[in-house]
Amino acid sequence: MKFIKKALVAAAFATAAVSASAQEQFIPLLSYRVGPYADGGSGFFGGVIDYLSLVNASGGVNGVKLTWEECETEYNATRGVECYERLKKSHGGASMVEPLSTGIAYGLIDRVAQDKIPMTTLGYGRSDAADGRVFPYVFPLITSYWDQAAGMIKYLADKEGGFDKLKGKKIVHLYHDSAFGKEPFPVFEAYAKQLGFELIKLAVPHPGNEQQSQWLQIRQAKPDYVILWGWGVMNPTALKTAQRNGFPREKMLGVWWAGSEEHVIPAGDAAKGYSSMTFNTPGNYPLLDEIKKKVYAAGKGNMEDKSRIGSVYHMRGVTAGILWVEAIRKAQDKYGKGKVMSGEQVRWGFENLNVDEARLKALGALGMMPTVKTSCLDHEGSGAVKVQRWDGKAWKAVTPNWVTGDRAMIRKMVEESAAKYAAEKKIAPRDCSKEG
Amino acid sequence: MLYREAGQFKATYVEDSEIFPIRQDKFGIALILAAAFVGIPLLSVAGILADYTFTAILTPFLIFALATLGLNILTGYAGQLSLGTAAFMAVGAFASYNFMLRIDGMPILGAFILGGLCAAAVGIVFGLPSLRIRGFYLAAATLATQFFIVWVLTKVGWFTNYNSSGVITAQKIEMFGYTFDTAFSKYLFVLSVVTVMALLAKNMVRTNVGRSWMAIRDMDMAAEVIGFRPMRTKLLAFAVSSFYCGVAGALFAYAYLGTVEPEGFSLDLSFRILFMVIIGGVGSILGSFFGAAFIVLVPIFLNTFTGFLENTVGIGLPSGISSSIELMVFGALIIFFLIVEPHGLARLWQIGKEKLRLWPFPH
Repeated sequence: MKFIKKALVAAAFATAAVSASAQEQFIPLLSYRVGPYADGGSGFFGGVIDYLSLVNASGGVNGVKLTWEECETEYNATRGVECYERLKKSHGGASMVEPLSTGIAYGLIDRVAQDKIPMTTLGYGRSDAADGRVFPYVFPLITSYWDQAAGMIKYLADKEGGFDKLKGKKIVHLYHDSAFGKEPFPVFEAYAKQLGFELIKLAVPHPGNEQQSQWLQIRQAKPDYVILWGWGVMNPTALKTAQRNGFPREKMLGVWWAGSEEHVIPAGDAAKGYSSMTFNTPGNYPLLDEIKKKVYAAGKGNMEDKSRIGSVYHMRGVTAGILWVEAIRKAQDKYGKGKVMSGEQVRWGFENLNVDEARLKALGALGMMPTVKTSCLDHEGSGAVKVQRWDGKAWKAVTPNWVTGDRAMIRKMVEESAAKYAAEKKIAPRDCSKEG
Repeated sequence: MLYREAGQFKATYVEDSEIFPIRQDKFGIALILAAAFVGIPLLSVAGILADYTFTAILTPFLIFALATLGLNILTGYAGQLSLGTAAFMAVGAFASYNFMLRIDGMPILGAFILGGLCAAAVGIVFGLPSLRIRGFYLAAATLATQFFIVWVLTKVGWFTNYNSSGVITAQKIEMFGYTFDTAFSKYLFVLSVVTVMALLAKNMVRTNVGRSWMAIRDMDMAAEVIGFRPMRTKLLAFAVSSFYCGVAGALFAYAYLGTVEPEGFSLDLSFRILFMVIIGGVGSILGSFFGAAFIVLVPIFLNTFTGFLENTVGIGLPSGISSSIELMVFGALIIFFLIVEPHGLARLWQIGKEKLRLWPFPH
């Protein structure tokens, strides 16, 4: 009985998809609005939807309207894969996918290559996917974990007054004990050897709501800086425990998953002065005003709590939206303006993105995000990050300019790791000189 | 009437020791297998079923059913509560990966079996506490497995071939020169493995091995008195159960996700599989399939249904609210089924069979 019903529903869907106008560019949204990470998911996907609504309100991409359908993944890999499989062919075919979840992204890496649908992983996922020769369909746009780690060291060096000043310093890497927390190891280790600082690695077991012993060790070690590579509840706990142990938060630097309002507000007073990485500059931009004016005023805004417009996760969603729409626009430039692009064509768009300052200015988002220029070799396109500080009420940018670490060193590591993956999977890397 | 075994006489020992002694059962199983192996593929060829059905619904359902079956052997038949299922799956997946990676020309099925055996070995080690403690205390002890395995897999780079992201990427499934790379072929591959293992399990639980498990489950003191060795029996249950979970984990990585991280095999997954056992029916092979179907498919169905309401009927809810409602309905359904039948869906089916036996004359 259930099966028949399901078949009926599926059939209804299929017909609905066919009857939907062919002039629509479909984007499946693998969102999560319930479960432990709902705060991030609702902000990010809310931002994405707000931006897509804005583009539609201004007439779409060269007249092509964007359409999307949300599917709840609960941050669960099985559910995410199911959502992807369900939506990839509906509404005339998905043009891209972004799961905002490492586990789901891993489940999709093989699938997107087979289905020829590009996947973006903004600021998470495999760092080595930046090598577009081995991962033609994966785009870790703006920055990977490795570039971010390099950016952290660069920022700390600048703060001290130069790379040579880091010699003899002590830096604690306080990390979530998982693949996520260990991802920056090679970068930190390489820098520690090169610059001569002492790296102390302290693991916090998941979920991280008890860190007294780690902070006792930190107190004994008296480090110059603590890098907080945390996730979820681990972040406010770290801040509160640091306060209890009298460690100045000004000397703590968080990964960008430890740098949103949702992480510092629960820590209350303890978060004041704490800084974290980000790839958006906090603040207000003409683009956000436009969203408020054209989308929210028309009652089409996605965020229930309007004060979250422009929050870290929301802005990250808007950033993702900008890059997606620019990729579609780029693809249209090549394959025909005003036409619906296939996944493969959008992939080309992602690979040839050039979101420069002039373009950002036209969008009203100058300074909000770094410029992005991708190529067949480089699927990341930027590598720039920013540092922001929580003043107790709002995030404020600390670095006026974008910070980039040693990109040549990171690139070498990316290529080594990607080559290993290619050898394991028996993939022949693309020859980028032959790509148009 | 429909389900009456009266008049089916067994004349030989062979007949008497069949896995499905009742004709209706035999017929039913044959029908299900025919549908799964022939009917569904035909529908797919005819274009009625898309890849979606195989890769997003049937394959995960079968894999979780196999894992549930593994846990059911341990918890349902041998009475040892375990919270380490996901860890055993992880051992199976990572071990198979390493066998494939490090031994040239390793056949995929060989890697799965070796992966399962590794899981079985780990199961035996972590089953040792079961000799002294039982019930909830044992569950707490098996929690150690869960955390220890995931920790080791993240800690020791060798298991992931020193991958910088700490993940493994499953190699292609190749057999006799054929590559199982489409959704449909992967489904057939998983289906074959699960069918063979489920039939083996069905057979095993009625042999002296299975009976010794049930004896231990029902009263271990009495079982010991009548001559079952608790150590051997319990550890065998851990080994067989872990073997099943290990193979399920390998399938999960190879035929479903492709790239897996140790965190994917978290305590959450262990709990989910335990719920599948409880809802499907503790101590029932068929129940494992029911339970997996319920936990895997009902949320998908609810999600499709709310999507359907929004798209066609036009009842649009803010996205956050519809997701929450789905979760609430799912929870309510679980409670409903557990109130109606605390022994799980398998028991409902059994009651149904009994009704069918009498039908249409209820007296």
